[in-house]
Amino acid sequence: MDILVCLKQTFDTEERIVIEDGQISDDGVEFVINPYDEYAVEEAIRLRDEHGGEVTVITVGPDRAEQALRTAMAMGADKGIIVDDEDLENADEYSIARVLAAVIKDLDFDIILGGYMAIDDGSAQVGPRLAELLEIPHISTITKLTIDGESVEAEKDVEGDVEYIQSKLPILVTAQQGLNDPRYPSLPGIMKAKKKPLEQLDLDDLDLDEEDLEGKTETLEVFLPPEKEAGKILEGELDEQVKELVQRLQSEAKVI
Amino acid sequence: MSKNVLVLADIRDGELRNVALECLAAASRVADGGVVTATVFGSKRKETVEQLSHHGADQVVTVSDTRLDSYTTDAYFQAFKQVIEKVNPDVILTGHTAVGRDVSPRIAARLELGLISDCTEVEVVDGKMVFTRPIYAGKAFVKKSVREGTVFATLRPNNIPVLEADTSRSAVVEELEVTFAEDAIRTLVKEVVRKTTDGVDLSEARVVVSGGRGVKSEDGFKPLQELADVLGGAVGASRGACDAGYCDYALQIGQTGKVVTPDLYIACGISGAIQHLAGMSNSKVIVAINKDPEASIFSVADYGIVGDLFEVVPMLTEEFKKVLVEQ
Repeated sequence: MDILVCLKQTFDTEERIVIEDGQISDDGVEFVINPYDEYAVEEAIRLRDEHGGEVTVITVGPDRAEQALRTAMAMGADKGIIVDDEDLENADEYSIARVLAAVIKDLDFDIILGGYMAIDDGSAQVGPRLAELLEIPHISTITKLTIDGESVEAEKDVEGDVEYIQSKLPILVTAQQGLNDPRYPSLPGIMKAKKKPLEQLDLDDLDLDEEDLEGKTETLEVFLPPEKEAGKILEGELDEQVKELVQRLQSEAKVI
Repeated sequence: MSKNVLVLADIRDGELRNVALECLAAASRVADGGVVTATVFGSKRKETVEQLSHHGADQVVTVSDTRLDSYTTDAYFQAFKQVIEKVNPDVILTGHTAVGRDVSPRIAARLELGLISDCTEVEVVDGKMVFTRPIYAGKAFVKKSVREGTVFATLRPNNIPVLEADTSRSAVVEELEVTFAEDAIRTLVKEVVRKTTDGVDLSEARVVVSGGRGVKSEDGFKPLQELADVLGGAVGASRGACDAGYCDYALQIGQTGKVVTPDLYIACGISGAIQHLAGMSNSKVIVAINKDPEASIFSVADYGIVGDLFEVVPMLTEEFKKVLVEQ
């Protein structure tokens, strides 16, 4: 089975956001595979181990994003493709989906996996957009996946409810939390990953014109939410504190 | 400049979702004399049409095909696309829900449109529509607009105030027959298992009672559930509690997991990792209960009680019961 995984390198979830000159600073930031994409990588490796074939991980990003591909290969993915985003100006979800579609149209695939969203931009667009550009169906926010021959069965999280969905390959699925428990790369895995093939592409290689890829949306301003002031720590006997809390929630905060 | 706005009204379990009315309120802000059209899919939508017209729709396009009675991406895609082609709107709005965020990117890709997802505020600045949306799960925000052409956005539920119902309004209603291409519906929903019918949906709850590692076990969530029940709220959890297996990942609040903004958030035995704070710190009022006075959850809490949650939470439940009976 030919399995593709689209992933994005993002800030670690424990990072604080700092704005410098109107932009989010990545100074000293730890980067990780977007956690939702990590579920996709894990699921892809399990599918490969069950059905045979190859897992190719694909990203669009700066040089440092190569590290995310190496991590995925250390987990068990077979090869990687990175598309340099340097020539992409004002890229948005429209642009990224088009680049990924251009990479993938030259590849054989049975299934494409990705996270349902990235924890940075959080727009949840690229997966479904890519499926549309490739003219294949998609199932989003899956928590379970079973493939038997051509047939696909998935459990889809629908805001807490579960839908049992049937479809056929080729398909694109996006991962929700709960799909699996991603493995940590093993030391031999990390050593092996260094030797696995990693292809570097730029827009010219893909016959793409950067002007044609300019984002359809623009960011006007980036700002931090107002800092929250620390509130009141109640004092006294516990039962008194509880009474005071309920009273304050009623009369002061007016939320009860 | 007047704008014609199309709202895809989100339905769940046969009922119109509040976010549909929120989209209509946003539509009326930007229409500036243009026509606000709502579209609603599936048979048996009569009451829905009235609700939509009372809340700002000038025109309602119904698509009563039974193939749209429950959601599938492809059927909704076909219908949504044909409605857009008929109405030819300047602006398209829908909810950032399981439906809106699933079908909208496909529509945007097919029609080569920009899409601004998960917006919490909509305003018009110098004639241009400007959307505010959280990034990094609310650790920061951006203001975005569409460069040119059709404006397309999904709105996060519970952020735009709904217009007061005006029962004297009635919309022009039109039924649109859509055609489905051969084999167009490529996914089949075999079964739906409702998990949320008994409880209040976490992302829309007014009160959230949330547990962390401090709850210590699956059973440890029971007192939290009792408190949530008294307040008509929902139970949530931190990543620590989910990773420890005390509860389902569906309850997780944080940068991975759900982002919630209830009126009241009660954090029990949660230390307050940055990844958790991202998911709840925009709640209106935050109460923290933790044994450790140094826990960083206290830095975002409006009220804090330093103590054992297994002591404090049941006391709190009893106190709320008393007070709510008096009201």
